[in-house]
Amino acid sequence: MWELIALNRKKSIFVFFLMMVLLILMGAALGYTVSFWIEASSPVKASIIGGIGAFFVWLILSFVSYTMGNDIVIRASRATQITRESYPRLYNIVEEMKIAAMLPAMPEIYIMNDDALNAFATGMHPEKSAIIVTSGLAEVLSRDELQGVVAHEMSHILNRDTAFLTFAGIMLGTITVMADIVLRGTFFASQNRRSKMSSKNNSGGGNIIILLLIVVFAILAPFFAKIFYLSISRKREYLADATAVRLTRYPEGLASALEKISSSTTPVFAANTITAPMYIASPAGSNIEKEDLGSTHPPIVNRIRILRALQNGGGASYRDYQQAYSKYIEKGFANLIPESGLKENKPVIIRDASKEDNNSSQKKTKRDINDLFIADSGYVSIPCSCGLEIKAPAKFGVTDIQCPRCGKILTVPSITARINKAAEKEEGKRSFSSDEVLQYHRMHPGKWESVLCKCGAQLQLSPLFKSQYLVCKSCKRKIEII
Amino acid sequence: MAMLLVMFAFILFVVLIVIIWGVAIYNTLVALRNRVKNGWSQIDVQLKRRHDLIPNLVETAKGYMQHEKETFIKVTEARAKAMGASSVKDASAAESELSGALAKLLLTVENYPELKANENFMALQEELTSTENKIAFARQSYNDETMFYNNKIEMFPSSIVAGMFNFKMADFFEIENKAEREAPKVSF
Repeated sequence: MWELIALNRKKSIFVFFLMMVLLILMGAALGYTVSFWIEASSPVKASIIGGIGAFFVWLILSFVSYTMGNDIVIRASRATQITRESYPRLYNIVEEMKIAAMLPAMPEIYIMNDDALNAFATGMHPEKSAIIVTSGLAEVLSRDELQGVVAHEMSHILNRDTAFLTFAGIMLGTITVMADIVLRGTFFASQNRRSKMSSKNNSGGGNIIILLLIVVFAILAPFFAKIFYLSISRKREYLADATAVRLTRYPEGLASALEKISSSTTPVFAANTITAPMYIASPAGSNIEKEDLGSTHPPIVNRIRILRALQNGGGASYRDYQQAYSKYIEKGFANLIPESGLKENKPVIIRDASKEDNNSSQKKTKRDINDLFIADSGYVSIPCSCGLEIKAPAKFGVTDIQCPRCGKILTVPSITARINKAAEKEEGKRSFSSDEVLQYHRMHPGKWESVLCKCGAQLQLSPLFKSQYLVCKSCKRKIEII
Repeated sequence: MAMLLVMFAFILFVVLIVIIWGVAIYNTLVALRNRVKNGWSQIDVQLKRRHDLIPNLVETAKGYMQHEKETFIKVTEARAKAMGASSVKDASAAESELSGALAKLLLTVENYPELKANENFMALQEELTSTENKIAFARQSYNDETMFYNNKIEMFPSSIVAGMFNFKMADFFEIENKAEREAPKVSF
């Protein structure tokens, strides 16, 4: 709804300029304290230099957060990207919602290695966004529930909540760090002064007061910034629920997902104060939430109540949501949904539950999800003929390992290839068949395949094998994987 | 004389405002119309994707379900009809026929547990289910966009600009799914 987008844009601009002012002041403060530390001649000149430096820092920071804001937040959460091939079910669910939301581009999809049930989204604008889901969530939720969660996150992207939070989050982080630096600088400065009592500085009293002011400022600034950040309207969660339900046409999906999320008390490991508001439910793991200053999300119970009311009432339009909200949450005329949403007069009919696949192989087990993480960190998967899959780090050091189950000796592929190349170079002569490059077309992408080499040896090809060539163990032929 | 000048300036000012407002509405209408077109092409993309998935599905299932020839024939025929349809009416009729045939096929598959357990088939079924969902959502978003667009055309004052530049209302995409109609609804 355009009112929400406009509001978020205004808030972003406000934060933009507020941070500029704060950073410049911090820079000036830093310059001032540094001048004491190195006993420079003019503290005023130093503070001006500090202020100008901070201005440039702010420019660079704004640019960086606009272009790389997604990546910074995602990397802080240690997530692995998934593709259509590596996790089709999740990819398809996101693509379905992308079509329903008419998002201009497909968001990147990541999984966080965490048993907690949670999800969040980042993205400075809808063309470049990302949705992150914990592995716990992907394992446990049904298709309708996962769809509800994805729709909720996509609503945040549509309403530009993610843009604002990503930007404000990075700014807040910077302010906190700079405040810390200023405080340390002041500490050193005061120590310096004490050791040089007979310094030529004759405006001693005034300087101490200024230093004190700087200390107070450095302590308070991050505190106020944090309060501002956390007091961001919790209503955005209700609004995202309303938009999500309009996308999925099935409120019960999101309702039961929220129920599952709230009943699990595991906190999210990688979450901190800055990323907390971005999650779908409070990542602190408490299932008792009060609507106070410190909480980033409204009570889940309320959200579920509204959604269930919608499901029973049979309509999922914005008007229906507003009605349920006014009835159960804020009795009276408090308008949650802005005008443009309330104007929609076409009734939004709720669809039936989708039949869950008895197709549970597509729903990945914990082991399969772990395989995704392992593949990402460069591990190599070695299958033994007894059925056991051994995962070894790519830089393992030895060529042969013994299968712990059946005792068979297996070769570690990547090492073998490298050692063979080295051996070839040493001997100066090349293997008789090294000029011959065979080709193998993958017949079942996403699954294990057996590759028969010309010499008769059988090789196993992993679905996650990303290199171009496979080297045959016996004849050392190169096999190109297409 | 001065009075006349002031009046003239005032009228010019009003005319300018009207023109700017008109341009803004025109642009909004164009943007909405493009969204409708985009929504339509999304439906098209997903329908084509379904066409592409079907041969593979049929081949995989045929190996296990040798005695269900009519079901396969129905699906293949419906698919050919859908791919060959030219007008929008024919296309939507053919597509709903295809949905019905596919639904029957998938229902029959329930009787063949070996087929259901086949890895390949399960992956294909996931893709097919997802494509059906995507068709439904593409239809849904197309209809939503059409509603916005039609509202803008019909309502005053944007109706003036719409009339001037000949913006036509868009049709809603209503699929008549006979298979859905036939399924009995049990209520207590």
